[in-house]
Parts: sequence; C-alpha cells; structure tokens
Amino acid sequence: MAPLLTVENLTIAFGKGEPVVRDVSFELNRGETLALVGESGSGKTVTCRAVLRILPRAARFLSGRILFDGDEGPLALNEISERRMRHVRGNLISMIFQEPMRSLSPLHRIGNQVAEVLWLHRGMSEREAKREVLDTFHRVGFPDPERTWRSYPFELSGGMRQRAMIAMAMVARPDLLIADEPTTALDVTTQAQVLGLIKDLQRDTGMAMILVTHDLGVVANMAENVVVMYRGRVMEEGPAEPILKDPVHPYTRQLFQAAPAIPATPHPVEPPPEDDLILQMRNVSKTYTLRTRNPWKPDMEIRACRGIDLNLPRGTTLAIVGESGSGKTTAARIALAAEPPDPGGEVLFRPEPGSEPIAVHALNRAARVAFQREAQMVFQDPYSSLSPRMRIEDALTEPLDIHGIGTRAERRERAARMLKLVGLNADMLKRYPHAFSGGQRQRLSIARALMLDPSLLVCDEPTSALDVSVQDQILTLLEDIRDRMNLSYLFISHDLAVVARIADEVAVMRQGLVVEQAPPETLFYNPKHPYTKALIAAHPTPDIERPINLKLVALGAGAPETWDEPFRFTDTVIPSLVEVEPGHKVRCHA
Amino acid sequence: MRQLPDGRFVDEAPYDPQASIQTLERRDLDAPNWVLIWRKFKTHRLGLVSGIFLLTAYLLLPFVGFFAPYTANERDEERLYAPPQAIHWFHEGEFVGPFVYPTTAEADLETFQWKFVPDTTRPMPLEFFCRAGSYRLAGLIETDMHLFCAPEGATIFILGSDRLGRDVFSRILYGAQLSLTVGLIGIAVSFSLGILLGSIAGYFGGTTDWIINRVIEILRSLPELPLWLALSAAVPSNWGPVAVFFIISIILGILDWPGLARSVRAKFLALREEEYVRAAEMMGATSGRVIRKHLLPNFMSHLIASATLSIPAMILGETALSFLGLGLRAPAVSWGVMLNDAQNLASIEIYPWTAIPMIPIIIVVLAFNFLGDGLRDSLDPYEH
Repeated sequence: MAPLLTVENLTIAFGKGEPVVRDVSFELNRGETLALVGESGSGKTVTCRAVLRILPRAARFLSGRILFDGDEGPLALNEISERRMRHVRGNLISMIFQEPMRSLSPLHRIGNQVAEVLWLHRGMSEREAKREVLDTFHRVGFPDPERTWRSYPFELSGGMRQRAMIAMAMVARPDLLIADEPTTALDVTTQAQVLGLIKDLQRDTGMAMILVTHDLGVVANMAENVVVMYRGRVMEEGPAEPILKDPVHPYTRQLFQAAPAIPATPHPVEPPPEDDLILQMRNVSKTYTLRTRNPWKPDMEIRACRGIDLNLPRGTTLAIVGESGSGKTTAARIALAAEPPDPGGEVLFRPEPGSEPIAVHALNRAARVAFQREAQMVFQDPYSSLSPRMRIEDALTEPLDIHGIGTRAERRERAARMLKLVGLNADMLKRYPHAFSGGQRQRLSIARALMLDPSLLVCDEPTSALDVSVQDQILTLLEDIRDRMNLSYLFISHDLAVVARIADEVAVMRQGLVVEQAPPETLFYNPKHPYTKALIAAHPTPDIERPINLKLVALGAGAPETWDEPFRFTDTVIPSLVEVEPGHKVRCHA
Repeated sequence: MRQLPDGRFVDEAPYDPQASIQTLERRDLDAPNWVLIWRKFKTHRLGLVSGIFLLTAYLLLPFVGFFAPYTANERDEERLYAPPQAIHWFHEGEFVGPFVYPTTAEADLETFQWKFVPDTTRPMPLEFFCRAGSYRLAGLIETDMHLFCAPEGATIFILGSDRLGRDVFSRILYGAQLSLTVGLIGIAVSFSLGILLGSIAGYFGGTTDWIINRVIEILRSLPELPLWLALSAAVPSNWGPVAVFFIISIILGILDWPGLARSVRAKFLALREEEYVRAAEMMGATSGRVIRKHLLPNFMSHLIASATLSIPAMILGETALSFLGLGLRAPAVSWGVMLNDAQNLASIEIYPWTAIPMIPIIIVVLAFNFLGDGLRDSLDPYEH
C-alpha cells in the first residue's frame, strides 16, 4: 500500500534568500507518527506548513513534490488548485498550532469554532454537528461537554484550550494530523496528559500524525519515525528506536547530550550546610486583591504565596519549581524587593558572611539602591530583555551609569571583560541586540546582570525560551560563573529536570505553597509528595524504555483536594511542612 | 545521504558541533532602528512617493513667491472671474514656445456676464525670470523676480481669477504656506501635550491615569465643530492675520491631543511589560530615566506615524474653519479662505474654477495618509 504522505526533495526559500528548507524527503504511513525534530530555525515548521500550503507570502516553493494518498485517492498537494486545497484543509489534513492562547478566536464560543469544520466540509445541520462536537469533547476529556460548548476561550486554562484545539482538529476525522509543537507552551504535567490524549485518539481513529517538536523526550514517547533537521537539512532520518538508542549523526548525539534528564538511578545526598545564609525568606506571603465586577460581591483575594520559608546558603543554588501560577515568580520578585510581602513576612539579605542582615522587605530609597547593586535578575525572554534601540555597549554600561560607577572608559572596559566572561567577543559591543540569536542574547543579559558585581542572582526561567542545546550551554555557563565568582542563585523554573543539574536544593511549589523541599537527588530518589511524583513522572525522557507514567501524573497533577489523604489540602485545612528526613521536607499531615 | 543497514538515512556533509556562538545570526538586523525602518519604508512605493512629494512641497514653501506669476493680493480689476487660460506651444502649426493669447473682456448682453475672448492672431510668449509684483523671499529678502510672468498687455490666469480678479493659481501657492504649516504647529502643540499627559497616565497608573483618562473622555465627547467655532469666535477681531493664524493652530492642537495621549498611554502600558524596562527598574533606574531612555525612544517612531496621520485632520480643520469664515481672515490667504468664496452653489456653477483649491487639499491629505500608512507598516522592522 502506498504511503499516506510522501514528501520528495522539498526546497523552500524566503524572498531572495538562501533556502530555509533544502531537499527534505520523507514518507508517512497510515496510522503512524513521524516526528520532525530540530531547533528553532531548522525549517521543521516551514516543512509541515508547506504540506498544507499555509506558508507566509514571501515563501517560494523551489522544488519538490508532496503526494497525499488519502481515502479520496491520490492528490499532489503542491499542484492542486486553491479550491481543492480548501477541501483538504481541516477535512483530510488538520493542524494543531503551538500557542493555544492565540489559535482560538476570542469572540466565538468554543462549540461554534469546533463545529465550523463540520458545517464547512460535511454540510451537517446544526443539531448533528453539535452532537458530533459534544461527542468529541467527551473524548478529549472535557468533564462537561455542554458547558465547554458554551465557553469562550478565555474561560479555559492553557491545557484545556489545547484540548479544544485537538477536538477541533479531530472532529472531522482527518487522515492526517499535523501537530506543531502542541505541548511546548504547556506545563510538564499538562504536556504529559495532552500527549497521552493525542496518542489514545490516534489509536482509536487510526489517523497518521506529523509531530513537530524540539524535545527528544516527546519523540521517544510518541513517534515511530524520526526526521532530525538542522538548518533546513535532514541530518538523520529513520525508525525511532535505532535513532534514539544509538544516534549516528554528531548533531543528533549533541541533542541527546543536551536533553535535560532525570537520572535513572538517583541516590540521595547530604543537603548543603545552612550556616552562612545569603538570603532568608521567613513566613513570606503575598495576597492580591482583585476587584470583582459585581459591586455587591466582596473583592476576590488571590494568594500568590502563602507562608514561604526558604534559606539560600552562600555560593549555592536554590531552585523553585512549579507550574505557571504557582507563585514562584512572585516569590522571586519579593526576594528582589520588587514587591513588598504581606505584613509579617521577612526577607533578610547578608551581603558579606556574618554581616548584619539587610531587611529587604522594608527598604528605604537609598538602601534599595545599595541592595540593587548586590542582587540582580536574569530574565526569561531573551528577545525582550534588551532594548532594541541600544547598542550592546550602552545596554551593558547602563547599570554602572545608573549607579554612577567609574568613568566612561572604565565602564567600557568592564563591559568588554563581562562579554568575554560569558563567552562572547569584545567587538560585539558596537552591535545591536537584534543581530544576535536567542542564546547569545541570554548571554548578554547575564553579562548585564553581572556588571554591578552582585552577590545574588535571581534567574527567572532563563532557559525556557531557548533550544535544548542552547539551554545546555547557558546552564553550563551559569554553573561556571557561580563557582568562579562565588555567586548565589535563586533559580526559578517549571522543569524539574532542568534544575536537577544546577540546583543544590529544590522547593516544589503548588498554589502558592511549598509542597516538598530537598536536594534534587533526594527528590528523585525518594519523592514523597504526589505532586512531585507527578512532575517526575511527567517529564519525557529521551529513552524509549522509560515512557511517561500517566497514572502517576494523573494522581498528582489534579486539584489539591484530590490528593491522597495525608497530603490533601483545602481552602481551610492546610497541612504543615514536615521534615521527614534531614534536609527533606514534605507538606503532609504527619 | 547514506543509508544504514537498519533503514535510516544519515547526512554525510561535514558538521561542526561548535557552530560558533561568536557568529551573528541576523547580520542584516545589526543597525540602528531608523536604518531598519528606512530600509523597509523604501519598499512601500506609495508612501515613498508621498513622502518625497510632501518633502518637496514643504521645502518650496518659503519660495512660492518666485513660482507664482502674481502676488497674493494683486488684482486685475478688468478681469473678474476670468476663466482658466491655456498655455499654448504651437501657433498655426509653428512652434513658438510657451505663449498665451491676450484676452479682451466683452459684455454678453444675454446673460449679463463678462466674456473673455482670446485674440488668436497674436501669440504673446511668456517671459521668464522677469520682474513683476514684489514679495519677500523666505519672508526676508525683498525681490520682484518671478519664474515666469505674463507679457505686457496679456494675463496668465492658469486656473482662472476670482471675484476680485486675483490669480487663483498664485493664491493656491501662497495659501499653501498657511494651510500646510497650520498642521505642523497644531501637531507640535498636540504632540507635546499628548506625550506629556499620555506618558504620565501610562507610567504612573492609578489615580493619575484615571483623572487623565476622564479628561480625555470629556474632551472627546464635546462636539468638535461647535467648540472650534466658539473658540475661534473668541479670538478678538482686531488681531492681525499672523496672530489669528497662531491662535487657530494652537486651538486645533489643543483639541487634538486626547487621541495622541491615548495612543501614547496604550504604547506605554505595552512597553512597561517589556523585560528590558523591568530590568532597568531592577537596576535602580528612576522613573524619569526609564521613560527617557527606554520608553520614549522605543515608541517615538509609532508617535511620528500617528502624528503624520493626524496632520490631515488639522489641515481639514483649518479649511473648515476658514470656509465658515471663522478661521483665518483676509488679507491672509489659505485654501480655506479661498474656498470661502466658493460658498454658494450659483458661483460654483458659473465659475467652477473658484472651487479648485479643493484639489490641493485632497492631494495633500491623501499624501499624508499614504505616508503615515507607509511609516506605520515599516515601524516593526524586526519581524521576520
């Protein structure tokens, strides 16, 4: 039987530039999954968009053939008319996009958006379409399909929105589903559940799938065939098992080495000694009041952080791990005096060993300026953390300018030194930020944070916007700088595997509370809390022998009211943090 | 491509795993913002042409006296409402160069109108670099040199003459001086007010933001035309034309700032969330510094584009006021003042050329719109 989709010698360029996709060929059989793996700019998205002919206008199709042999007979997708193509889109081939926030229209109810495909392609009546859509909603795991039909996208969480997108792509029962990084924007536990869902649906319906991803762990869990792309070219291509077990091409190998992994056989370690603390957070809470629309209802209170106690010994790294909305960023902002904690909370900072602590929660203007020289932040998004109007030199010397340190020449000299420290050339001082890649820009913003010679660095997900191999380089750089300059890090992340290598201690947060805290090795060796177990189980490892354990994920990722009895907490009853072994604390009813 | 025994393909081209962190990814984007904007704007044909046209127009404004054959208020009492006159090149199949036929006025006793009959036997070549009515070049140098003027005994009314026998073409050129600059002065006023109040509202938020927003809403809810009328009626009638002109532009600016302030505020709110602004705050930068060094430079280009788009509104505003007789007053010349003559239907029907000043208004307003459009499209040069 002929393959469902055949792509031959596909070459695509933008405008007059070099081809961004060069000579790409692959085949996909019915019911199988093909993973397109690569970093940003590798041409994987362009390739799968070419299949649906939804490329940007500047794109030029230089050569190649795309053959689709579905239930309606063979079609040469690159040759048929736009009219026939419309029949293919959504009907025979459908697509799931990366950003669940942006791929649903905010003005239409979910039900109407999903049913549109049926009205367009199947000519179904409103009633039939609704029945079909409700059925699909049920299958993708919405507990109350009727309610989902009536909701608007903003009423759903990211994971639920992605489920709605999947329902929209599946409802017409296409032969082929193209999923363009469907889980990249989701939390780890949600990602695991969505991946599990896609896999189940695929088994039930027998459709084929092209999965675009940069994560080899996702590949190991999902795909039968793999195409590894780099700079528009195929590096390695073939069945998933041999490639994942024994990558041949140096690029594939590099990807494997860079993939953050949870060790297969962890062993516990001693927690770092807590005698010289650079930062201490005691009983820190933060409550935001949200004014309700209804004037007769009381204002809503959102408790971003609840009673956080954290200690950061000098020269070590404390990581806070949690999903979006868990309060980890709020905690970091309070630690940096960007926001005051609720009364009663204390943040103490000791710039020198044994010196009098500075009360960060109650700084006056002058003390704040002095504190800011000691504590700096590295931001998440390398694309927005440098002003596009400033040359690198101006951006780097700005902190010194603000604090009035040094002469112009001294500032420039220090900027050049910092550039070298983060592995860049001093002649880049004259450049503008937009000429740099994401990884280079993250190096630049690390260099800027180091300009004031701080002793504490708060890293707010510094690698989550970067490709895996770049992430690896940045983590190495951060470790190197920490040891060389005796820095202490407060490291915020949503990914337990990322912090595993850099952190000395990890605090896992959920709904504003620290639920478990221990050195990472101890956490992996002996996780106690269901949520920690879920985080560990949900992490996709690039190892075909260790698939995601969805049962564990489901146990821990649900609402805290559904956790096992000893760990359960509700609005009123919250268990306290108990030390179960030295340096290992768990929030449970002892 | 090489196929291994287990069925997979491996690329064989050499691969450098240390594909250096030193190379620039987008060398083409390594330039100041304005260079990138210009690069993109160049490809917007209509915007570019409009920009060049407007630039030329503004550069020529001080020298219109040289290009106009007559001065603004020079009258030819013999030829009231003379129709447009053609410039000919060939006389009886023979090339003569640009010339006009002299006209004589005759009374038409059936319609009781003056008729201007050309004498087609006497071609009279135009004079170039000739001396005629005196004017001040760039408002400073007194001179009477003109690019071209009518020969002795003939007239050159390219676009006809008006009720008092003044040359419409020359008056359009002179009118451009006021009509085009009123927009610039107005926009300067509205710009400074808009940036100041918009950035205060956007940066500080809270009560300040609330108050400024309510003021904006109140100002925007006032019906524009009656307000203009009231404000211009308050201008003392004994003031000179220049004073009236300034007051009118300032009135237009004062009524225009709310729109600009709103877009400034919206941009501020968006930019405040950018991480480089947060980074500057965490470094200890004062609010003044953050606004000056980070926020303003980054949305200046947006402001210029929205200002370009609101200049036409100013020009139209001046025209409307003067048309109603409440803006500029004679002897000042602006397009609106000229159209004031074309107020009644009868005169447009019989002397359609008195409405010609509408054409430059339309062209200028369109040009500003195209230019603003082109600018707006090229503002984000970083998109791929």
